[in-house]
Amino acid sequence: MDIIRLKNIKKQYKNGTTALYDLNLNIEKGSFVFIIGGSGSGKSTLMKLLYREEKPTSGQIMVGGLNVAKLRNSKVYKLRRKLGIVFQDYRLLPKLTVYENVAFAMEVIGATKAETRVKVLKSLEIVGLKNKIHNYPSQLSGGEQQRVAIARAIVNNPKMLLCDEPTGNLDPEMSLEVMRIIEKINKDWKTTVLVVTHDKEIVNKLQKQVITLKEGRLINNKVKGTYDDENA
Amino acid sequence: MKMLRMLGRGIRDAFKSVFRNFSLSLASISCITITLIIVAISIILSYNVTNFTKEIEKDLTIVVFVNNKATESDVEHIKEELNKIENIDKKEIKYESKKNVKEAMQKESEIFESVMGEWAEEDNPLKDTFQIKVKEVEKIGKTAKQIERIENVEVVRYGEGMVDKLISAFDTIQKVTYGAVIALILVTIFLIINTIKLTIYSRKREISIMRLVGASNFTIKIPFIIEGMVLGLLGSIIPTLIVIFGYPYLYERLDGYVFTPLINLIKPMPFIYSITTMVIIIGIIVGMIGSSSAVRKYLKV
Repeated sequence: MDIIRLKNIKKQYKNGTTALYDLNLNIEKGSFVFIIGGSGSGKSTLMKLLYREEKPTSGQIMVGGLNVAKLRNSKVYKLRRKLGIVFQDYRLLPKLTVYENVAFAMEVIGATKAETRVKVLKSLEIVGLKNKIHNYPSQLSGGEQQRVAIARAIVNNPKMLLCDEPTGNLDPEMSLEVMRIIEKINKDWKTTVLVVTHDKEIVNKLQKQVITLKEGRLINNKVKGTYDDENA
Repeated sequence: MKMLRMLGRGIRDAFKSVFRNFSLSLASISCITITLIIVAISIILSYNVTNFTKEIEKDLTIVVFVNNKATESDVEHIKEELNKIENIDKKEIKYESKKNVKEAMQKESEIFESVMGEWAEEDNPLKDTFQIKVKEVEKIGKTAKQIERIENVEVVRYGEGMVDKLISAFDTIQKVTYGAVIALILVTIFLIINTIKLTIYSRKREISIMRLVGASNFTIKIPFIIEGMVLGLLGSIIPTLIVIFGYPYLYERLDGYVFTPLINLIKPMPFIYSITTMVIIIGIIVGMIGSSSAVRKYLKV
């Protein structure tokens, strides 16, 4: 079963630059995929299309049974509840504690306090931050902040985890730690994981499916890939 | 249940944000306050004018004077004709013969008695009269003209002049207040839009994260709309107090009437409660309109 199906996707921005040309891509449920490519290759655009930050100029996008290309603005939340999204800059709320930041994701979709508590503690345990629930983001290291962001992304048991340069701001050691957590989520929960990155070391170490984009076109899709400088 | 939790969150956020941007909130609140005071005054005014107009209308009578030479059958004819006119209240036609009028006047004073006592029946210069009430006061002028056309009718009088002038004066006052209220409401809405805009900007990051983790548009919008309603509610406190304490005080000072006992004020109870309810509802609605349009304009969700 494919959880993502892209058919003839073209994305042209309003300023005239074309980010993606005629992209076709299927991603299987439960897989762990790296999307790599140089800057301007269209990998971030692809990500934005998947969580409906951007709409494609033409083509079809199906994510978890939802026709994303035709999704109305007011219905975007239906897609987002199936997804967990992690960014390079963590996007935590500075005035909330670690616990509150993760609980925020439950609260805004209307979960009860009791349900929230159980799930928040569970997901903070998975990322190994159960002892820091009362700290504020500013008191944490970059790696820890990113782990909070991951905890927030997975707290609703999403079908899919989208990570846009999750290790971009982290040193190699922390990067690997964060990636191991993401890998564990993929393995334990069968959550489909998509990671956009240009971190060569990580890609080579984890030995996962690698999709390579170049100048808006898909040039490589290997089941057990490595970061190949010539292609990227 | 879920709805209730969301609403609770919205109310909490709204109050927080009112106090976080207190200076701008205060500007909106005072603008709402001024608007609502004027709204309250104009509502009280307009209710009183309506009330007073109705009372006057109840007492408004047309007096028809019959030609001196008219015979009894002529009077009968007039009565029949009067009954044919649509706007006349048939049950309220009162006839008084000149003989009755004369006798009544004679009883009233000795001077009349001495003068009128000498009049023979044929010399009596007084006139037979009909007193008539109309169904629709606005058409009173037209009805009077219709009556004038009847044979042997000499003069038709209804208190034109004074009553008309009073009503039109109140009407002008009312129109001016309405204009002022509409202008003030527009300014208030504009200020509320700006207040909410500021809140939206200060919470931009939070809103974008809410979107990312799957909050529905309704969940995102509701705190801002409630904030506008809270501003409206806070703005209606002072106008409410003014109405509750001010109107009964005024009523007592004026002994319940203005200028003449003819113009009665409405009794304060339970009048002030319906006025304050209206003022609060208007405040909340104005706040809601302001915040909704700010949300529509500045919240790209």
